[in-house]
Amino acid sequence: MDAAANVSETRSAAEPRWWARPRGGGLLLLAAVIALLPLVLANNYFYEVAILVALNATVCVGLNLLIGYAGQISLGHAGFFALGGYGSAILATRYALPPWLSLPLACAAVALLALLIGRPTLRLKGHTLAMATLGLGIIVSIVINTEDGLTGGPDGMAVPPLVLFGWTVAGERSWYWITGAVLLVTVWLAFNLIESPSGRALRALHGSEVAAQTLGIDNGRTKLQVFVLSALVAAVAGALMAHYAGFITPAKASFMHSVELVIMVVFGGMASVFGAVVGAAVLTMLPQALTVLKDYEMMVFGGVLIATMVFFPQGVVPTLAQWWTRRQT
Amino acid sequence: MGSNWLQFVASGVTSGAIYALVALGFSIIYNASGAINFAQGEFVMIGGMSAVMLLALGLPLLVALPLAVLVAVIVALLVEKLAIEPARHAGTVTLIIITIGVAMFLRGLAQLLWGKGVHRLPAFSSEQPIEWLGATILPQSLWVMGGAALAVVALSWFYGRTLLGKAMRATSHNRIAAQLVGINTRGVLLASFGLAAGLGALGGVLIAPIAFTSYDSGIMLGLKGFAAAMLGGLGSFTGAVLGGLVLGLLEGLGAGFVSSAYKDAIAFVVILAVLFLMPGGLLGGRGSERV
Repeated sequence: MDAAANVSETRSAAEPRWWARPRGGGLLLLAAVIALLPLVLANNYFYEVAILVALNATVCVGLNLLIGYAGQISLGHAGFFALGGYGSAILATRYALPPWLSLPLACAAVALLALLIGRPTLRLKGHTLAMATLGLGIIVSIVINTEDGLTGGPDGMAVPPLVLFGWTVAGERSWYWITGAVLLVTVWLAFNLIESPSGRALRALHGSEVAAQTLGIDNGRTKLQVFVLSALVAAVAGALMAHYAGFITPAKASFMHSVELVIMVVFGGMASVFGAVVGAAVLTMLPQALTVLKDYEMMVFGGVLIATMVFFPQGVVPTLAQWWTRRQT
Repeated sequence: MGSNWLQFVASGVTSGAIYALVALGFSIIYNASGAINFAQGEFVMIGGMSAVMLLALGLPLLVALPLAVLVAVIVALLVEKLAIEPARHAGTVTLIIITIGVAMFLRGLAQLLWGKGVHRLPAFSSEQPIEWLGATILPQSLWVMGGAALAVVALSWFYGRTLLGKAMRATSHNRIAAQLVGINTRGVLLASFGLAAGLGALGGVLIAPIAFTSYDSGIMLGLKGFAAAMLGGLGSFTGAVLGGLVLGLLEGLGAGFVSSAYKDAIAFVVILAVLFLMPGGLLGGRGSERV
């Protein structure tokens, strides 16, 4: 009895209070940032960047579940992102569906596609998995570029605005609140997933697939679930991006976009939800800030990436967090 | 029909030879570090662009071409010293992201030095196409095939007969064991970068008269080289050459007989099918996993 009380006591001492945990205080902090940010967003351009950050962060939180927690790399997530956008655009313009219907339909279709191709793909490991997802992304990109009757080809296509309950979502401010809310919900769902038995299964899988299997975890199923989930999140963000911008081009499906997404996740820190958010925020804003450097932009971006990964090999957020806890003790 | 076949095969083997050289670079660096070097395509670009620049400076072709390869090798050695070496204890994914950063840096540097334009290197010999069994072949294609074949022979001699080559092979099999017998594995990593860049730059120099070159031409060549290396079996040199040639042929025949817009897609569908059935690639080991 005493021993049991002792255990529960030590546990409560070891575990931080709810507000010091990422899921409690971290989520509250994110909500506060989203709520207060408009105070410093001076004009529409800043809103535009903020919306871009929110959408990229949403994709990265989903992708981080796959890369950071399940340990499965994907170099093809831009494909899912673009398919969400193109799917909703095509259903809305070529088949005259209202966007509030075309958006969820397109995202569901992408999730179904991810389910079908995920089964054989996720049996692969390491570099072979990277190659397979890269190939899938490139095939999507080539199809979008070539089927110009449906997608407008390399020129891209116009996307009708989103209409919800008779309200046409227009203007940077409305989109800011929508994308901010989507990010917040995604982060909240990600924390719920990570702290659930499925999340522990994911981390066990990352540690050792064989050990996870001996503990009764269905590796294939767990990987497939998180793959489909991350594809779905990417598709939702892609569809929102398309309806927000009113236009979509094949660049959204390019290999470089897939790479950018992975860079954001690794830069911020794998297996850290807020790492994905920070990585997306920094790497979305950096090119905007670097445009003043014009010709030096790409060089400086590459240099920043190299330096960050050399000095923060685990990503910015986990390395800073470790440094912080070491200072505390 | 028959001459068409030959035509498509010839163009397929030409690009396949370049893919093979790039794929060899991927396998060499993978063997030394376990990471994929996504800057490999940039070394190809640096080879081609440096050759254009050195020729424009008035150097004769015979001097400019080896110098261009040397430029790429020096850049690669610097990259290894400044970006890869300081992070060698980091995980594979971190190393891969660093090589992506290197690729962006080099692409940005190339854009700054040589502009965004497309450059063309003059053909090494005559520009007059050769008629052969009804197919027309550019003399430069023969340079590409011959140059690549020579490089592969030289590479197998290097790995089979020289001390450094043997040390590199030993390191790829078991790094710790190699260290125990006194091999400087850090030196091996440096040499691997130089060698991989040299092969890539050679490919860039050979193909520049046919496919032209620009600051961003390394992206697609790097991707194809990676695909070829995976198709043949990452880490296997015979596999890299085979993968490059098969990929080139798939593209050549796919463009000729199916659809030129979908030639890349056809190639990737076949690669995916192969990887689903043989995850180790055509010549890769079945590879049991260490627990």
